[in-house]
Order: sequence, then C-alpha cells, then structure tokens
Amino acid sequence: MSHTVIIGAGHGGIQVADALRTISGEGKITVLSAEPHIPYQRPPLSKEFLSGESHEPPLPLRGQTFYSERGINSKFSTHVTEVSTSSRQIRTADGGVFSYTDLVFATGARNRRLDVDGAELQGVYYLRDLDDALSLRSALADARRAVVIGAGFIGLEFAAVARQRGLDVTVLEMGDRPMARATSAIVSEYIVTAHEHAGVKLRFREGVACIHGENGGVSSVSSTDGKEYPADLVLVGIGVVPNTEVAADSGVAVDDGIIVNEYLEASEPNIWAVGDCSRFPNPLSGDPIRIESVQNATDQAKCVAANIAARKAEKRYEEIPWFWSYQGRLKIQIVGHVQFASKFIVRGEIEERRFSVFGFKNDILTSVESINFPAHHMAARRIMTMGLSLTPGKAADPNFPLKEFSFNEKKKRQTENDSGT
Amino acid sequence: MYEIVFHQTDGSSQAVQLERPLPIMQAAIRNGIPGIVGECGGQAMCATCHVYVREEYLRSLPEKSEDEKEMLEATAAEFDERRSRLGCQIVVGEDLERIEVDVPETQL
Repeated sequence: MSHTVIIGAGHGGIQVADALRTISGEGKITVLSAEPHIPYQRPPLSKEFLSGESHEPPLPLRGQTFYSERGINSKFSTHVTEVSTSSRQIRTADGGVFSYTDLVFATGARNRRLDVDGAELQGVYYLRDLDDALSLRSALADARRAVVIGAGFIGLEFAAVARQRGLDVTVLEMGDRPMARATSAIVSEYIVTAHEHAGVKLRFREGVACIHGENGGVSSVSSTDGKEYPADLVLVGIGVVPNTEVAADSGVAVDDGIIVNEYLEASEPNIWAVGDCSRFPNPLSGDPIRIESVQNATDQAKCVAANIAARKAEKRYEEIPWFWSYQGRLKIQIVGHVQFASKFIVRGEIEERRFSVFGFKNDILTSVESINFPAHHMAARRIMTMGLSLTPGKAADPNFPLKEFSFNEKKKRQTENDSGT
Repeated sequence: MYEIVFHQTDGSSQAVQLERPLPIMQAAIRNGIPGIVGECGGQAMCATCHVYVREEYLRSLPEKSEDEKEMLEATAAEFDERRSRLGCQIVVGEDLERIEVDVPETQL
C-alpha cells in the first residue's frame, strides 16, 4: 500500500493531505508536525489575532474531527531528524520510524534572526507561529512604545495593529521603501502615506545598530544613523529562512529552498516540496523562485497531490501568484509578479484611497496591485489566469469595462467547454 | 445557544450549536463542515466561504459592505443577488440567533 508522508502541517502540508484523500480513499497518509497545536491558519496571527478584540482560539485549518474522519494520521510535537532516500525511511526525535512511498517537504520557513547587541533581550519579539503570536499579544497589553525592525508584510501589519491599540510606533527599514520585494514604487509610496496618516513613524535607509536594555527588558533601539528610539517592545520582521536542513542532510538538492522542477519534484525520486520551502521554476521566466504565501502553498499542494495520486509527474505548477495584506484600513491585494514590470499604469484615484496599479512588461500585463479595490483584484485574477490581452491603454481608460471584459471572456470559454468545442 | 444549519447540495444537512457569537465561516471551519474553505482566514479576501442564506433569514442580516459586494462578484459558484453572502462577514449570535444556509457546490 502506498504511504505518503508529509513533513509540516501548515497551509501546504494539510492541503496535500486533504487533496490527496479527496482524490483517493486508498493509501496511507501521515502528517508530521513539529508544533504541538492542531494545525491552524496563519494569516490572522499578524492581524485580528493581535488586535485584542478576540480571545477565540486560533482558527484551525480543518476541524478537530477532519483527521480521523478522513483517515489522515497526524502526529504533533514530532521532529523529523533524518530521511534516508535509499531505504525511503524517516526517523523522528522520539524514536519513530516511518517508511514512505512518497515524501512531501512542507517544512515552511523560520524567522531570520536579528544579529546585533541586545537582540536576545526580553521584549524582542518575532512573529511566525501561534506561540509567537500569543506572547506578542500578551506583551502588547502593557507596551506603550514599539519599534519595528523591517517594513515588510509582517512589520507593517504589526505596526498597524500596534498603532490601533494606541502604541507609539516607529518602523526602521534599511531599504528606501516599504514592501519593496512585493510592490511597485507607486504602491510603496501610498503605503507610507497611509501609515503616516495613522500616526506610525517610518524611517527608511535606517537599520538597527543595537538594542539597549534596562532591568532585563528592552529600553531603546539605536539606529545606524546614531539615533535612539525609546521602546518597551521590539518586533523584528526581517524576512525568513526556508527550513531545508533535513532535506539537505538526506542529499536532496537545496539552495535557499528545496530545488524542485516544474512538477515540484525534488532531486531525489518520490520527494516533493511545497510552499515557503520550495524553490521552483517560475512558469513565466524559468528562473527559480521561492514564494511565501498561502495561495502558493495551497495551490502547490494540490499540484503535488495530483502528481502523487497519478503515480507520475504529469501536472506542472503554473498558477499565477496572488497575495494580500491588511494594514489598518489598508487592504492590499496583489496578483502576478510586480518585479517583472517595467511600466506602471494607475487606474482609479490615489486621492480617493482606492486604486490599482497595473504593471506591464513589453505591453504584456504582469501584475496588478489593488489598494482597497477588491473588484479590480478579482477582475485582474480572472484576466491573468485566462491570459487575456489587456493593453496599457485599456487599463488606463476609466471607461473601459474591466469587470465585464474579464467576465465575458470567462463565460465565453465556459460555453465553449460546455459545448465541447 | 445559537444555531447554524448548513444544507449541502447532496441533501444532507448539519446543525452547529454555538455558545458564543461567531462568524458563519469560523463556525463551519471549527466544526468541520464540508464545502466552506475560508482560505484567507476571514478577511473578505478570498471569496471561498460563499453561502446562500435561506429566504426567511434575509431580513435579519447586516448590510453587505462594499468589499463584500465586490468579492461576491468573484465566487466560484453562481452569484445570487439576494441570497449570496460571505460566511466570514455574518456573525451569528448577536442580533441573529439562528440561520440556515445552503452551501454552494464549489468554492474554488
């Protein structure tokens, strides 16, 4: 009998198990998770979970009974120590041995640690998993001044929540704009305006030099500019490192992520990688990329489940990436690859705080960033998924019916499919 | 005690009892109700917690926000102008003690 073992119980790992079981009731499925908790949703952890409004336990990825009802063997607090690709066996820290026919790495990533004097002081926090979020939430209750290191997704989502809770918030960012990896300069600029309007202080081209303590806790942060910012809470959001050590030790090819091909197969037979830990060829350019998002993890999981069930690599991973962020009153939704675009068109009015930025390369649409405009985002997803040709001129024309354009084509194609042509 | 009844396309239905107010989506996920995905965790960002509210409960519902209206245009199953809602945007247990919804055939 087949036995698929999945290492990691985040969005990707659980989706592999679910999708595989949905395709077939046969075959054994085991999920091994290092965390003690029932698998849970991560996006709320940096948003409403911290807001203090809710004291509900975290939202699970699936209900309690899912695992037993679907015949998915789940083991928590279980650390994988060794994988032998020759004998197809996995060893765990508690002495367990599992034989696999297919192995999926869904090991995710961990926070990049800050390496300055004072980084180990009490009051310096990171935000990645439920335990991080729980300690941060309780620290927020007493904190008055927060310094955030890094103006990426996590740093800014946290800054917005902390500010809403009445804290004095300063964000230090080494680069010259926020969320630079994911957004265009136009959107970065708008994000700065929105946070400043909410009372968050943003400092660019300014990193952290050291953190000072007092009575064992944090008291201030010194910046690379020699300035000192008082703080009783420091949140570090300077990116992540993929969890690839076990894969690398077992001889699987790794380079800032587990290297996989277009079918998400790793370098050794019957081994796959999904989500934050997977470095895969970008369908648009062929260049290897790694994407840290819920959509990427769940869609890659469905692709791998299909390939495992088919017993051969037949389905390529070709989904268009999309992701979102929620920062105070700012709703950011992005589809595509912003970094490919060389020309940007604004649709809607920036002054009205509701607009989208359409990115083009050689007049081909590569990305759409929507600010407080879900209708644009959903139309953009339809347009990009179907590969429709939207010219910069149409994107810029306020009279061009974007939604109808995306829907009409979708319906037309559905009709064609239904009639079998 | 509050109650949500989920009706599936295969004719089966599941009743969920709540001790505290909860959005429909969260009640569904926490209780393992099939057919409700809630991929974004309840932020009206993914339109995968689409439900059709049964007629007799429509009057008791809060108005749709602009964001909810826009996301509803993008549901995988057919959009019903009157009955379609996002489960993450309707809290059961405050003004609404009981509700019955139909779960669409697909969310993705």
